[in-house]
Amino acid sequence: MTIVVWVAVVIVSITAFVLLLSRDWRIELGLLGIQYLSVFWLTSQHWPMSMAAIKLVTGWMAIATLGMTQLNVKETIVRGPQFWPQGWLFRLFAAGIVIVIVIASTPRIDSIIPGIGLPVIAGSLILLGLGLLHLGITTQPFRVIIGLLTVLSGFETIYSALESSILVAAMLSIVNLGLAMVGAYILTARNPENI
Amino acid sequence: MSAPLIWIIIPGVFGIFALLITNQRILFFLGGVLALLLAFIAIIIPIDTALQFGNLSLKIAPAIEILGRRLVLIPADGPLLAIFYGLVAMWLFGAVLTKTSNRLVPLGLLISSLMIASIAVEPFLYAAILIEIAVLLAIPLLLPLNKTPGPGLMRFLIYQTLGMPFILIAGWMLAGVESSPGDLDLAVQSATILGLGFAFLLALFPLYIWLPMLAEEASPYNIGFIFWIMPTITIIFGLGFLDRYAWLRASESLQQALSIGGIIMVVTSGLWSAFQRHLSRQMAYAVVAETGFSLLALSLPPEKAIQFVFLLIIPRSLALLVWALSLTRLHENVGLLRFSNVTGLARKYPFASAGLILAHLSVAGFPLLAGFPVRIALWEGLAAESLGMAFWFLIGIFGLLTGAIRTLAVLVKAPQGTGWEFQEPSTTSIIIGFAVISLFILGIFPQIFRPLVGNLPAMFEHFGK
Repeated sequence: MTIVVWVAVVIVSITAFVLLLSRDWRIELGLLGIQYLSVFWLTSQHWPMSMAAIKLVTGWMAIATLGMTQLNVKETIVRGPQFWPQGWLFRLFAAGIVIVIVIASTPRIDSIIPGIGLPVIAGSLILLGLGLLHLGITTQPFRVIIGLLTVLSGFETIYSALESSILVAAMLSIVNLGLAMVGAYILTARNPENI
Repeated sequence: MSAPLIWIIIPGVFGIFALLITNQRILFFLGGVLALLLAFIAIIIPIDTALQFGNLSLKIAPAIEILGRRLVLIPADGPLLAIFYGLVAMWLFGAVLTKTSNRLVPLGLLISSLMIASIAVEPFLYAAILIEIAVLLAIPLLLPLNKTPGPGLMRFLIYQTLGMPFILIAGWMLAGVESSPGDLDLAVQSATILGLGFAFLLALFPLYIWLPMLAEEASPYNIGFIFWIMPTITIIFGLGFLDRYAWLRASESLQQALSIGGIIMVVTSGLWSAFQRHLSRQMAYAVVAETGFSLLALSLPPEKAIQFVFLLIIPRSLALLVWALSLTRLHENVGLLRFSNVTGLARKYPFASAGLILAHLSVAGFPLLAGFPVRIALWEGLAAESLGMAFWFLIGIFGLLTGAIRTLAVLVKAPQGTGWEFQEPSTTSIIIGFAVISLFILGIFPQIFRPLVGNLPAMFEHFGK
């Protein structure tokens, strides 16, 4: 069972890592879908399976919302300000640093908040760290939404160990879906000819 | 009837149905009247007190339960509800002048109801999620479908969303501090995480970079509404934390952090405002300064702090309303609000120009205007604590005043012999005129809102004592 949880952590690391490097929205949404599957598995370590499934269903609904919108908008390449280094080598290097920080800080957090479990902490921190990195190096709306969903997944994974209220789970699901809808709205607003 | 039903659910449900109404005039009228009615009910009908009308007895229950959690509005919340919905009504009535009713009325009411819910919800940690949902609703308000989103909007979304996880985690840790008060490390960690959460939510230094960016991108009126409602309610939410945790309230480190954070906000916003050449960005820096004033007020001894925080609410709201209305009028006519585009506009739009200048001067604490009495009281309170702080406060105020004077110079600048060419619609002139007069009335007679504002600290169990 523990091995399966660690496999989920590895999958989360790979998906968040590739999300950072990829530039194709189809691949990004596919990776996000796999990422939500791992988040579901990590969350189920502290929540009942049926409750943890909320994360999976919500995440996939968010992906469907974003995917449907992207299918219907004209693809326009909007280049943001280029003052930060954004090449794939830089992103690879920055992601490597995040992974090293996560490896170093996971046991420490485990000692501060005992009972969560190393894999859940590691998975959560990887999502948080790589999600924040994602947000830090892009201004493109679609990628910002992907970054925010990743950060929220990381937070919800660790928070599931601390709070098991159904209402909180429901409200966080509303936030995730709302974020996807806002993303869809922003993507549509970028392309007013699609209205 | 229960208080949350009246002041949270009814405006929220109306907001949803209002999305279906397309007629701007009907929307502005219905939305404004509803908000005014809610304010009026809050003034005349006390919560949780039975009123006798002949054989009829009327009592508004303070709480309702939803999925095992409670929304509670206690009798002491009445004045806040009256002020809040009164101000919402002013914003919604003003929307008809700016032709933004179709967005502002439904989304404004939904955001307002979520904000009140964030104050009423128990356990109060859920407030962070409700504020986040309100932030998500603010996006369509700030971004019309025919506009490309700018970096300011994206940063607004990112920064406000990042605030929520910090607050939720901090809340969980604070519960741990409550059960083991001797654990100093846990207390420091939880206070730090809480501080980070509020730094994101309130856009504290240096996280306020999105405010001027967003002000430049969005409609001045709608952004004015968001700049008013978000910090105001978030500060009240923050007061809830201070009220609940005695160790946090008594912490000297927190007082120092608040005073240093506040003074940095006031000084930096004053300096940026002094050198700013865009009218919307000037408004954003004024909002940053206002948040700084609130932090400085919170850094004072608790009995003064709570009074000052509430005294700041009405002048700030009124100044922002006048500012946003005036900016919208100018924006509709010149588009870009850079100094180079608005030169000499005072001769065409004297009321909007006057409103803009006087609102700016009010935020800067100019005598006779709404902001003056509370600024002078705050300055006195700061001077009693630290002369250095009082000096830096003055520098910040001086920066804001410089910004106002530069704006005035640009608006009235015109070649010699240029005549007046009034191009303002009379309704706009009358409404801005009334709003400006109210800025003066509040400045000259600050005690008129005392009966409402004076009772606000009673909302809190410990601050109210």
